Amino acid sequence: MSQVAVEVPPKGGFSFDLCRRNGMLSKKGVPPPSYRKTGTTIVGLIFQDGVILGADTRATEGPIVCDKNCEKIHYMAPNIYCCGAGTAADTEAVTDMVSSQLQLHRYHTGRESRVVTALTLLKSHLFKYQGHVQAALVLGGVDANGPHLHTIYPHGSTDTLPFATMGSGSLAAMSVFESKYCEGLTKEEGIKLVCEAICSGIFNDLGSGSNVDVCVITKGQKEYLRNHQLPNPRTYVSSKGFSFPKKTEILLTRITPLKEMVEVIEGRDTMEE
Amino acid sequence: MSIFEYNGSALIAMVGKNCFAIASDRRLGVQLQTIATDFQRIYKVHDRLFLGLSGLATDAQTLYQRLVFRHKLYQLREERDMKPETFASLVSAILYEKRFGPYFCQPVIAGLGDEDKPFICTMDSIGAKELAKDFVVAGTASESLYGACESMFRPDMEPEDLFETISQALLSSVDRDCLSGWGGHVYVVTPTEVKERILKGRMD
Repeated sequence: MSQVAVEVPPKGGFSFDLCRRNGMLSKKGVPPPSYRKTGTTIVGLIFQDGVILGADTRATEGPIVCDKNCEKIHYMAPNIYCCGAGTAADTEAVTDMVSSQLQLHRYHTGRESRVVTALTLLKSHLFKYQGHVQAALVLGGVDANGPHLHTIYPHGSTDTLPFATMGSGSLAAMSVFESKYCEGLTKEEGIKLVCEAICSGIFNDLGSGSNVDVCVITKGQKEYLRNHQLPNPRTYVSSKGFSFPKKTEILLTRITPLKEMVEVIEGRDTMEE
Repeated sequence: MSIFEYNGSALIAMVGKNCFAIASDRRLGVQLQTIATDFQRIYKVHDRLFLGLSGLATDAQTLYQRLVFRHKLYQLREERDMKPETFASLVSAILYEKRFGPYFCQPVIAGLGDEDKPFICTMDSIGAKELAKDFVVAGTASESLYGACESMFRPDMEPEDLFETISQALLSSVDRDCLSGWGGHVYVVTPTEVKERILKGRMD
């Protein structure tokens, strides 16, 4: 067959085109760039009828806070959610990829996804990349076998626990869990404990901050409580706003009017009459 | 020196009431030497969707060409323009593909979506999306831009107000960054028109 004339969009997988060039740059003393991290507190616990996941909402790039209210509890399946810590792009990509694989698997089998399926898909991907895909996850869900909670490390090892924490604030959060967790918590007690653990991460770990997100998964239903608590509201808003007495100097103005969007109704021939 | 500081750049996008603005500086430099003072960092993808690329200029231009190619393929196949959300996912996927050998580029995407709802978004160089409701910044001046935007931004601004705010935020921030400056390029996009303005700034 003759070669395709244009470069067709690739079908997936990583491309290592620029590695040689970027390697040359770092050999010449140009440091490699820093990526957006979710220096994070993420937690999860099992209560009497399901799983509760919790996360803070700060994203950082080095010492700079680049997102004050990001989402760290990712959707995996209707009955499974996953908290992500580590490099933001990796946690996002890995959870998106596995959630689409789970969706296809559900279409194929017509059954609810199981948490172990998600766990195996995640850990085999992470193990394949030997820790270079920097995602530390807390996976929780309720399936045919009851509630499950797992932690997954960037190298692909996993734990199965009744309560778990991850990210840079994991120690602060774990200290709360270790002193207050007990079996058979009610939903309200569970949410309260998760919030307390996240808040201890928010206030004691500089990589975590802003608000508390909570996700409660029980048999057959889930409750995603985005910004369940707002312990750090903005205190310094100027009510009058800003006015600029000296306007900016403009050198050139170009105005392009936009065409109006026209709805085309199909199936009717207007040229007929 | 980080490779992101090789050419120098400053980019912002802000949301107003049924409109958005995207602005950049105009300097292209090689470290401390200025090469051009009329550099285009903001590209038009289609009438209601703009893309700003900060970071290494060579990668920005390559990335832009690949994105235009993919957008044109989409237009041919679908016979419509891409929604901003879709385009953001495309940029993110293209960047993440090069996870282990990235383009040294931080994109800013701004567009009007369905029912003229403004959409802005930024990413790091490996495609971690940050969707914001108010403003996004990128480039070497990003630290000072965060400060300026954080204090100057108000929700639901009218186009003229939005223009003044984004311009003042840009100009005051690039004055504190020696790698970007030489005036600014501002696009204010409303459902009916695109207003492109070139700003006068300090030339040192």
